[in-house]
Amino acid sequence: MPTRPLSPHLGVYKFTYTMVTSILNRITGLGLSLGLLLLVYWLAAVAAGERSYARALSLLSTPGVRIIYAAIVIAFCYHFSAGIRHLIWDTGRGLERSQARASARVVLAVSVLLMLLIGYWLWVGGARAP
Amino acid sequence: MSLRSPLGRVLGMGAAHEGVHHWWLQRLTSVALVPLSIWFVASLLLLPSLDYATVSAWMAHGSTTLLLLLLVLTAAWHSRLGVAVVVEDYVHGGLKTVTLVFFTFAHLLLAAAAVLAILRVALRGAT
Repeated sequence: MPTRPLSPHLGVYKFTYTMVTSILNRITGLGLSLGLLLLVYWLAAVAAGERSYARALSLLSTPGVRIIYAAIVIAFCYHFSAGIRHLIWDTGRGLERSQARASARVVLAVSVLLMLLIGYWLWVGGARAP
Repeated sequence: MSLRSPLGRVLGMGAAHEGVHHWWLQRLTSVALVPLSIWFVASLLLLPSLDYATVSAWMAHGSTTLLLLLLVLTAAWHSRLGVAVVVEDYVHGGLKTVTLVFFTFAHLLLAAAAVLAILRVALRGAT
């Protein structure tokens, strides 16, 4: 690759929480890609029959995997609300700096709310999760 | 008239003019994923149990089959577009192409496996 001028490195910017919300969207997106892998494994286990499903379920209900579910729920709630913020930006609204800062807070609040909602539902619904 | 030099064209430098298409598909899939993911999370939470009989009966239900197919295909597509952007940002040189091809194939494999699984359960019917 020829040496070409690069735009200023990220280090020259003061770290703000609009940057945090941006990188978090990426990280949670990648996490959800791994979640998709887990979902397809689960679907394939159902398709493979009752015994394979029982085997898969015993693997999917180990404490380690349960932590992964919690991470996926958190990633989903965040990516979902941050994604809607992006869709609103795409209509040309909310791009001013003050608005972007405010919406970063809204995204964090909404995703925490979603997490609590799903968590409440899971816990109140009992230990139905595998 | 193109302002690209012949050498640049051969090396594949400059814009490939695929950006708008990528951008648009990313938006299209994300808009579709809003209702699809709400449906998926809600119906998983509403399932009385996650045992084999319940889950396979749920999957074999016509509307579930359809929505699950839409969900996995849209999610796989959205995921492949997103992963590609991350790869393009952080992986450089020849490794970039290899990584992009790998993730594209991985997503295609994932989508095909998911479709196969969903259809197998659907065609088998509730047990």
